Amino acid sequence: MASLNHYLILSGVIFTIGVAGVFLRRNLITILLSIEVMLNAVNLSFIAFGHFQGSADGQIIVFFVITVAAAEAAVGLALVISLFRHVETLNPDAFRQLRG
Amino acid sequence: MLIWIPLLPLLGFLINTGAGGRLPKSISGAVASLAMLAAFGVSVVEVAALLNQARGGRELVQTIYTWIASGDFQIPLTLRLDPLSALMILVVTGIGFLIHVYSTAYMHDETAPEYARYFSYLNLFAFFMLLLVLGANFLILFVGWEGVGLCSYLLIGFWYQKPSAADAGKKAFIVNRIGDVAFILGVLLAFVRFGTLDFQRLAGALGPMAPEAAFGAVSLIALLLFIGATGKSAQIPLYVWLPDAMEGPTPVSALIHAATMVTAGVYLIGRNAVLFSHAPEVLLIVAVVGALTAVWAGLFGLVQTDIKRVLAYSTVSQLGYMFLAMGVGAYAAGIFHLFTHAFFKALLFLGAGAVIHALAGEQDLRYMGGLRRDLPITYWTFLMGSLAIAGVPGLAGFFSKDEILYRTFASGHAWLWLIGAATSLMTAIYMFRLVFLAFHGPRRARGSEAARGVGAPQAELLERGGGPPRLNDEAPQHAHLHDAPRAMAIPLVVLALGSILAGYVGFPEMFGGANWIEHFLEPSFTAPALAESLEGTEAAGVAASHSLEMVLVIVSSFLALAGIGLAAQLYLKHPGVPARLAARFPWLYRFLVNKGYVDEIYDETLVQPIRSLSENVLWKGLDTRVIDGAVNGVGTIVVETGAAVRHLQTGSMRAYALSVLLGAVLMVGYYLWR
Repeated sequence: MASLNHYLILSGVIFTIGVAGVFLRRNLITILLSIEVMLNAVNLSFIAFGHFQGSADGQIIVFFVITVAAAEAAVGLALVISLFRHVETLNPDAFRQLRG
Repeated sequence: MLIWIPLLPLLGFLINTGAGGRLPKSISGAVASLAMLAAFGVSVVEVAALLNQARGGRELVQTIYTWIASGDFQIPLTLRLDPLSALMILVVTGIGFLIHVYSTAYMHDETAPEYARYFSYLNLFAFFMLLLVLGANFLILFVGWEGVGLCSYLLIGFWYQKPSAADAGKKAFIVNRIGDVAFILGVLLAFVRFGTLDFQRLAGALGPMAPEAAFGAVSLIALLLFIGATGKSAQIPLYVWLPDAMEGPTPVSALIHAATMVTAGVYLIGRNAVLFSHAPEVLLIVAVVGALTAVWAGLFGLVQTDIKRVLAYSTVSQLGYMFLAMGVGAYAAGIFHLFTHAFFKALLFLGAGAVIHALAGEQDLRYMGGLRRDLPITYWTFLMGSLAIAGVPGLAGFFSKDEILYRTFASGHAWLWLIGAATSLMTAIYMFRLVFLAFHGPRRARGSEAARGVGAPQAELLERGGGPPRLNDEAPQHAHLHDAPRAMAIPLVVLALGSILAGYVGFPEMFGGANWIEHFLEPSFTAPALAESLEGTEAAGVAASHSLEMVLVIVSSFLALAGIGLAAQLYLKHPGVPARLAARFPWLYRFLVNKGYVDEIYDETLVQPIRSLSENVLWKGLDTRVIDGAVNGVGTIVVETGAAVRHLQTGSMRAYALSVLLGAVLMVGYYLWR
């Protein structure tokens, strides 16, 4: 029988994978995917907390997160497409025009 | 009813200002004059009511409303009429009215808006002066005090297109401000020390105290008030504005010198007589300053060639007399001289104005002469004024001046008397020099042959100033001389009668008179508690020395007549002598003609250092460096900080994400290992 800690450790691992993806990958779409991974890691811990407390609140929050994540993915992908049309690359280091 | 006395001139001011010169000249002149006449009428009624009261406690009080109420500090807007202010309002409204009437003719060449502006200022002047003399506490007096200063600025600089007039206006205002600073300090100190600004309460608080033996708070208050008075009343060292004030229209000079403004300082001391009596050392300073001013200004009067400047210095000199009287404790004598002086000085200025008017603006005595035949009214009235100011027995100036000289001598300061007597001689000389040069002898129109005979140094000046003879445009101005028109002649005649008769209200006891004015005024100069017990105390002490008074009167009468005789010798019989004297003592002559170089000394020691301080320290140092530096410095700091911090903004998304992560880790870490 898996305990709460198991879920939390799994969630932490997935979250770390997401963070590593954001910082290490050089493709904007991959970075977006990594952010989705981080969001889902957090969703997992919400569900786990909710389940072990016998409350539905965790699941309700997760629904919200999924909604927001869908919107975020739509906006993010639109931006990526737009950026790609301008500079023909998806390397985030290419976008430095806002340097002070 | 009292409120109407200052209010009527204020109404005149509002009408003439509000209508903005859309009124025809005759109406704006009439409005202003009628306002003054009505104020005079109300004053007469009020003073008559005052005279019906018992002698000890004569006063009329009207409180309009409480002006300032802040805890214990209560300043009601109260007007109080007592014998002193009764005399003052009669002078201000009565002589002021005559000057208004005179002005309607004198200023007739001005355009309608200028004419209305002139009369509105004139009315405003009278309003502030009436407020000054009717106010029952220092604050109301101060409003009037500043108001007359403002109006003097406006009127002296009335012809502001002339730079000299604009400068003279500024000079009058600024010099007065110096005195005003001391005045304010004195008032504040009086409030701190006595907790009241009401004149009567102040006198009541001082009444039981003994006069200060050493220089203390009371003396300091008195001294500060006196410095304020030297500014307004043109005493050493702040008299320099008055001769320059001649740049204004001549009736304005009459108003400033006779009825308003310069009398304010004398009034201030008279109003606070109890305070000054408690500061004997300050009184001595007042007397000495007064005597010195009298003789100092008299000296310059002897050589001035501008008809109005001679009169200006004579005013300074006569004010010196008044301060001398105040300083020896003869308050009533000083106010009496103020009263008689108002008549003959207004007369002299208006007469001089008539001369200038007739000669189309000529003010230089060297180009006058022989006007007696063409301007008979002006001549005879002017002569009356001159006789009165010289102190010829029987005329107004004689009684008041001799009262002052006698009281000075009786106070034990024989040397002050000597200065006063010498000034009396000089007064006679310079006044009759003026009369003889302007009205007697041959006519010396500018550029004419006779103008060359005036004297060596004067002729030299003449060549420089007058240029070659221009007979075509200069000479004919004397050809159609006309005497004063009726609106100018009537005030002259009234004032001449006043100059003859005004002295009889103070007819001295030794000639069998009652010296009515002295007894009338006395309650104003004593603490309220003492006023009722005053009856009969004064007469005993004075009666013993009538023989002394008689000797002094004979001496000063002789001096007056000797001065006139000397002037006749110098300027009628032997017209070459003054020039030879001037040639014999060139340094003295230059010193006097240049007014003792006082203006130059002030310029070097005060004006220029202040200018250079303002320019080099305050402007280029404080303003440019400190203030501009602070403002620009704030901007520079923002720019510099931004330039340094902008490098944080790398534009790299990864770096931002890293900083977010680090921030999150730090916050979580802080809560975990706290």
